[in-house]
Amino acid sequence: MKITLNGKITELEKNITVSELLQNLKIHSKLVVVEINGDIIQKDYFDNTFIKENDKVEVVRFVGGG
Amino acid sequence: MTIFINEKKVEIETPCMISVLKEKYKSNADIVVYNGHIVSEDLKVNDGDSIFFIKRGEMPPEEELEFLMMARHTPGVHKKLKNAKVAICGLGGLGSNIAISLARMGIGYIKLIDFDIVEPSNLNRQQYFIDQIGMYKTDAILENLKKINPYITYEAINIYINKDNIENLLFDVDVIVEAFDKAENKAMLISNASKLFREKCIIGASGVAGLYDTSLLKVKKLSSNVYIVGDFENEAKPGQGLMATRVAVAANIQANLVVRYILEEL
Repeated sequence: MKITLNGKITELEKNITVSELLQNLKIHSKLVVVEINGDIIQKDYFDNTFIKENDKVEVVRFVGGG
Repeated sequence: MTIFINEKKVEIETPCMISVLKEKYKSNADIVVYNGHIVSEDLKVNDGDSIFFIKRGEMPPEEELEFLMMARHTPGVHKKLKNAKVAICGLGGLGSNIAISLARMGIGYIKLIDFDIVEPSNLNRQQYFIDQIGMYKTDAILENLKKINPYITYEAINIYINKDNIENLLFDVDVIVEAFDKAENKAMLISNASKLFREKCIIGASGVAGLYDTSLLKVKKLSSNVYIVGDFENEAKPGQGLMATRVAVAANIQANLVVRYILEEL
């Protein structure tokens, strides 16, 4: 299925959760803010939130420094 | 018609020249600010115009100082900023710079939150002084901000922000600024605050280290009210430090977003 990931059309296998997407991207769930179709998903729901066809997904990986 | 002279409402009958008003209200003024801009030519004043007459080097009366400090603001901005409430979470390189800019802008209420003390390695980029080493950053920033703009309500809270105290700490502000150092804390604050306060604007930062081109610093907009500033790549790590010049650019991009949000320009 196709989704838009950080503005780019991306092909994904079906029935993937947010946690699995982050594993594929090799990003630790503690360091990230994930938004699907304009809603920020809370970390506690990463395991049971599935990404659907045509979803707009934004993954912001935070880096340290300030 | 109504005009404003040193922010006081003045009624005049017909359009008149600046020189006439200057003679009447402050004949020894040597700086004239007309609608936020210093002018030397004699202009005709129209309804709604704002004029400041300033005597260079003279300490103005207390009731006038706050307004004279804002004479170079774009007209109309000061009142809106005065009514706004902003919280700055973290008072390091980002937060201390954001606090100073927002104080200069005249934000009416600024809440300042940090748990740490000032130490020598902060001074390469954070807005503290050598004689403040060892002070809580909340106390030190308060001392500095009051010297810059005493006409603001400041609330400084010495606490480590975690997901359990976010609601109590931040429920009463319009804008939340994330200015932490650690990536994990940044992500924690932004996701929790966005869930608790859907109506508030949240402005964070990620990727401000090193000395890379400042044009790499971008603003990423998330759900309707979340903005993140940075290059999203360059983290503080061994071999890559945090530098006053670049951190202050990022901080002021955050501060400018705060102001633009309050003025409904975002």
